[in-house]
Amino acid sequence: TAPVVKADVEMVKVTFVRGDGSKVETKGKIGDSLLDVVVNNDIDLDGFGACEGTLACSTCHLVFKKEDFDNIEEKLTDEELDMLDLAYGLCDTSRLGCQVCLTKKLDGVEVVVPAGINDARI
Amino acid sequence: MLAIKIIQRCKHVCVIGSGPGGLYAAQHLIKHGSMKVDVYERLPVPFGLVRYGVAPDHPEVKNVVNSFNKVLSHPNVRFRGNVTIGEDVNLNQLMEAYDAVLLSYGSSEDRKLNIPGEEFVTSARQFVGWYNGLPENSNLQFDLSNSETAFIVGQGNVALDVARILLSPIDKLAKTDIASHALETLSKSRIKRVSVIGRRGPLQVSFTIKELRELIGICPTQFREDDFYGINVDELPRPKKRLVELMINTSKIPLAIHDKYWTLEFLRSPLQITKDNNLKVKFALNQLQNEKVVPVGEEIRNCDIVFRSVGYQGKILFPELPWDERSSIIPNVEGKVSEGIYVTGWLKTGPRGVILNTMSDAFAVAGQILKDLESPSSSKPGLDLNLKKRITSYEDYMKIIEYEKSNGKVTSVQKMLEIIQ
Ligand SMILES: Cc1cc2nc3c(=O)[nH]c(=O)nc-3n(C[C@H](O)[C@H](O)[C@H](O)COP(=O)(O)OP(=O)(O)OC[C@H]3O[C@@H](n4cnc5c(N)ncnc54)[C@H](O)[C@@H]3O)c2cc1C
Ligand code: FES
Repeated sequence: TAPVVKADVEMVKVTFVRGDGSKVETKGKIGDSLLDVVVNNDIDLDGFGACEGTLACSTCHLVFKKEDFDNIEEKLTDEELDMLDLAYGLCDTSRLGCQVCLTKKLDGVEVVVPAGINDARI
Repeated sequence: MLAIKIIQRCKHVCVIGSGPGGLYAAQHLIKHGSMKVDVYERLPVPFGLVRYGVAPDHPEVKNVVNSFNKVLSHPNVRFRGNVTIGEDVNLNQLMEAYDAVLLSYGSSEDRKLNIPGEEFVTSARQFVGWYNGLPENSNLQFDLSNSETAFIVGQGNVALDVARILLSPIDKLAKTDIASHALETLSKSRIKRVSVIGRRGPLQVSFTIKELRELIGICPTQFREDDFYGINVDELPRPKKRLVELMINTSKIPLAIHDKYWTLEFLRSPLQITKDNNLKVKFALNQLQNEKVVPVGEEIRNCDIVFRSVGYQGKILFPELPWDERSSIIPNVEGKVSEGIYVTGWLKTGPRGVILNTMSDAFAVAGQILKDLESPSSSKPGLDLNLKKRITSYEDYMKIIEYEKSNGKVTSVQKMLEIIQ
């Protein structure tokens, strides 16, 4: 947590765009998952990360820009796809935030947090 | 405007039921408004189906309790367990004391098959309650030591949960928080074959792919390739496509002789069950014609135990409120039932969907409550209940959890109350 210059080198910029369009800009450590970024920076996203990164909930669903999506190091596994299939607003560039870790290539990544609430009305 | 808000007293909201519906709503209420929330719960302990429905071998799913714990330990929230609304307190009392009453007591009954011989059927809901140590189901007996073949009627996630618990290696279950009485009975189980049977076809199953993949990984399958004949997966939307593909690919695995296996069977509805040495189930063989189930024949099959897993059902707690029998919900407009009364969770959406769905619904309904309570009319005082019996608090629950860490899940209300005495 000490804000030394050295730590800064390993940080990349991340922007979360909420369902209502509001943006949160923050920084995350390389190697951290996007769920870690949300938790460590206290980013206010209701219900995000309910299963705490154990691939059992899909509340950490994020939609990426195509170029960022292609730059994600972790391969999409069947297990992640299985959970994504339950997510609201599933897109071709959807991933689960707990399964995506930050790399240099992802510096400046902007992800949309789909609003599940509006779709929940049955 | 701001000044008025600051001097304004907290509004009091009461939540009936401490499952995901009630607790996610409470979380939203305290986060986005100055609310005091009392959460009433029939059992001495919170969390509803997260504690008593979600399978013991899915501890990851239960991580949601970490955020629920934060809600229940928040200074503006009181947990009031061991209080059965409708018996110990009535709706009028609550309406007088609270600015809003949120009904989130879930669906605690099961849908029946409504066929002759129903008395020979085992309720999946009760079986789930039993292996999870739900007090009212903990004394049930299931004869698994004389059973080899099990039919599970219904093709939802609960059916797959039951199948998985029946077919999982016992040492795997022993590592979970499964109730000790269940572990003992399951260790003597002789169940070898499990059929999960649906009245419609592979495109209509309601289980999710994660649960299917897991069960395929745990126990050999015997799916029939013919059942999937003529299905064009490329026409299906992604979630269904992947699900059906997994079934089809599994059906192509060459059959080998296995000690234990499970299978899916389609287009069969039980018509009648009789008993002599074992159970005989007469099924209607169905066809789907324009999405409608049409019986075209019959067959009689033997098995040792039949589970009914065709859905949960809500129950009428307040005769003064409307009730939609068919969907098993309290009719509402975006969560509002009438002035000051709201509904969320399975009681609103019907008994289906995972915690994620329940969560989104709870946030939406809580948002509606916040909007309705925005105008600064006078606020109500809340309720300080005095009952002849012990009302449990969140601290009491913590004591019970502490006890369970070294002694396993407590499966009776009496024992729970003893621990916190
Ligand atoms: C067997 C089973 C397994 C499941 N597994 C999963 C899973 O792995 N993953 C997943 O995401 N979802 C799972 N679900 C779905 C999930 O459990 C539901 O989405 C969720 O629990 C619904 O929440 P709820 O608050 O509406 O109801 P509930 O969780 O049922 O909560 C209702 C609460 O109200 C209380 N109550 C009832 N009557 C009264 C009364 N008169 N007074 C006071 N309190 C009362 C009950 O005791 C209970 O605590 C499963 C469901 C079942 C049935
Ligand atoms: S946090 Fe639950 S799947 Fe990512």
